[in-house]
Amino acid sequence: MKIAVCVKQVPDTWAEKKLSDSDKTLDRESVDGVMNELDEYAVEEALLIKEANDGEVVAVSMGPDKAEETVRKALQMGADSGIHIVDDSLAGSDSVATAKTLAATLKDQGYDLIIFGSESTDARMSVVPAMVAELLDLPQLTFASKVSVDGDAVTIQRQADYGYDEVQASTPAVISVVEKINEPRYPSFKGIMAAKKKPLESVAAPSGEPVGLASARTEILEFAERPPKAAGVKIEDDGTGGVKVADFLAEQKLI
Amino acid sequence: MDEFTTPERTALAETVREFTQRHITAELPQWEAEGRIPVKLHRLAGEAGLAGLSYPEAVGGSGGDLVDTTIMIEEMLGAGASGGLIAGLFTQGIATPHVIDEAQRRRDRGETQAADYLEDNYIRPVMAGDMIASLGVTEPDGGSDVSGLRTRAQSDPEDPDTLIVNGAKTFITSAIRADYVTTAVRTGGPGAAGVSLLVIPTAAPGFTVARELDKMGWRCSDTAELAFVDVRVPRLNLLGAEQGFASLARHFAVERLTLAVTGYATAQRCLDLTIEYARNRETFGKPLISRQVIRHDLVEMHRQIDVARTYTRDVVLAHARGEEVMTRALIAKQTAVDTCSYVVDRAVQIHGGAGYMKDSEVERHYRDSRILGIGGGANEVMTDLASKLLGY
Ligand SMILES: Cc1cc2nc3c(=O)[nH]c(=O)nc-3n(C[C@H](O)[C@H](O)[C@H](O)COP(=O)(O)OP(=O)(O)OC[C@H]3O[C@@H](n4cnc5c(N)ncnc54)[C@H](O)[C@@H]3O)c2cc1C
Repeated sequence: MKIAVCVKQVPDTWAEKKLSDSDKTLDRESVDGVMNELDEYAVEEALLIKEANDGEVVAVSMGPDKAEETVRKALQMGADSGIHIVDDSLAGSDSVATAKTLAATLKDQGYDLIIFGSESTDARMSVVPAMVAELLDLPQLTFASKVSVDGDAVTIQRQADYGYDEVQASTPAVISVVEKINEPRYPSFKGIMAAKKKPLESVAAPSGEPVGLASARTEILEFAERPPKAAGVKIEDDGTGGVKVADFLAEQKLI
Repeated sequence: MDEFTTPERTALAETVREFTQRHITAELPQWEAEGRIPVKLHRLAGEAGLAGLSYPEAVGGSGGDLVDTTIMIEEMLGAGASGGLIAGLFTQGIATPHVIDEAQRRRDRGETQAADYLEDNYIRPVMAGDMIASLGVTEPDGGSDVSGLRTRAQSDPEDPDTLIVNGAKTFITSAIRADYVTTAVRTGGPGAAGVSLLVIPTAAPGFTVARELDKMGWRCSDTAELAFVDVRVPRLNLLGAEQGFASLARHFAVERLTLAVTGYATAQRCLDLTIEYARNRETFGKPLISRQVIRHDLVEMHRQIDVARTYTRDVVLAHARGEEVMTRALIAKQTAVDTCSYVVDRAVQIHGGAGYMKDSEVERHYRDSRILGIGGGANEVMTDLASKLLGY
């Protein structure tokens, strides 16, 4: 079984994030990058499927030079090889251009499964997995909280408010996972050292598709810094505290 | 980028943080109360490659060096572990190198079977976290004076392949749970020249934990007094006849450096906790940190830690390059111990009453760190040794 797992480098969740003044995109250089948290679950799921069924796991990431660290992290966790799509022309790509780039890279490579995290913590669009499935004309098994593989049948549980739907497709297929699905491993020291010797290929953007900021169908017109935190409201409980708290929440449209 | 921040070591630091947050911090208070850490944690450390981090891959280790160990200790403490936990989880750091050395000596002499015997029974299982190893040197009537130890191992007159051990040890870390104790015994005449190291399996008849010791700090790390009454041990477990003192001396530098790292890393953790506390705690209408007295205190803590860390890391690098660091390791330990004593005291002081309470982390570090100037060479003895090495 040949599995691709798509991983994205995002700014550290705890870091103060900034948009750059020049092109109004996220300033990725000034903050530490980490693997998008949900992608760690995707890597874990890919490794679990590989361990149960044999095969190989290829980690794929599109991003600036620094994003190589994130491919490396997937290799340290246990992926067999990595592909880093890095190209100046890709800077500022929107989700459509990203999906096209990934799809062109993944196409016709014999992948049985292509696994994603269901969203990234920076853009939070949740659309790239579906777009890639559409572009590759593959079934999409999105928002999976459980995946089981039996021969060429893949079944997932898709999280829903009322419980879950069971969705099945035959391979090749695209899967996106939610965080309930597993507990991602951390790399062992041996994994860290072994990753140094695993193949990690840098490839340019596949030609033919318009990508980058100029091709983006969305544009950020304006942005402002988050206003500083205002002082909270103190409610003294003279017996009517509960009512006052409820009134406050109602005023904020929270209840 | 320097040697402490290579991509691999940055990844190691992340793995250690994750390991600590997932498997240690939440349960540490319970282990402190129970007086021991679970065997399961050793297995997890084995799987992560931490149990054998700085030992050769050829004997089941991870192939790292003392720089990697330094990063591991720094990150564990930074993520909320404790000096006691590190002492209890990595006791093999003082127990097993002697076994590894002897296995190598046997291999160099072509005694493959005898080397495999040590490797299979006493080295690989420890690296994998399946076995716990202790080092037994200190005796009830003398710790600093290793050359005067009285536990004896004598040949069985009827069976030359067996040694019979009689004596006692005390203050032995992890020995309540240990599978074997690398024990300093007298096989020859008086003085340092008569001392050997012997691997004694704790399952051997005649070996008993005479007492479980109750301590001021390092409470999650079990400590035992041991009794040996006619304990029969295969001669194959002898790690070189009368080579014990030399072997101990050779590895003291690493033990002292890891204690130095424990010292400044504990201090760094206490400083971090104290800065946060000083930001949040308000007195007389203002945060503590707005007071110059407090800020200067924090700077002094920072200054001492930075100096101790910079010096110790420098010696660690020298050791990793293969240099002889005996004297510098003594200086590093003294510097880091002094730093730690100073910083834990100020940390408790700035926390006020909260710092005196059992559920505050600085209170635990305050108690834990008191051992650092006693174990692995007490301050006075180390200073005396330094004066000899320096020729004063
Ligand atoms: C929590 C804990 C864990 C330990 N773990 C282990 C272990 O795993 N294995 C092990 O073998 N040991 C262990 N020890 C023992 C430790 O190594 C000894 O406590 C230490 O070596 C000091 O020996 P001592 O306690 O006998 O003190 P002593 O040697 O009696 O010394 C008492 C005091 O006198 C000073 N002193 C001694 N000689 C001189 C001198 N000539 N001149 C001036 N001052 C001197 C010392 O510095 C010290 O301050 C542990 C101890 C503790 C408390």
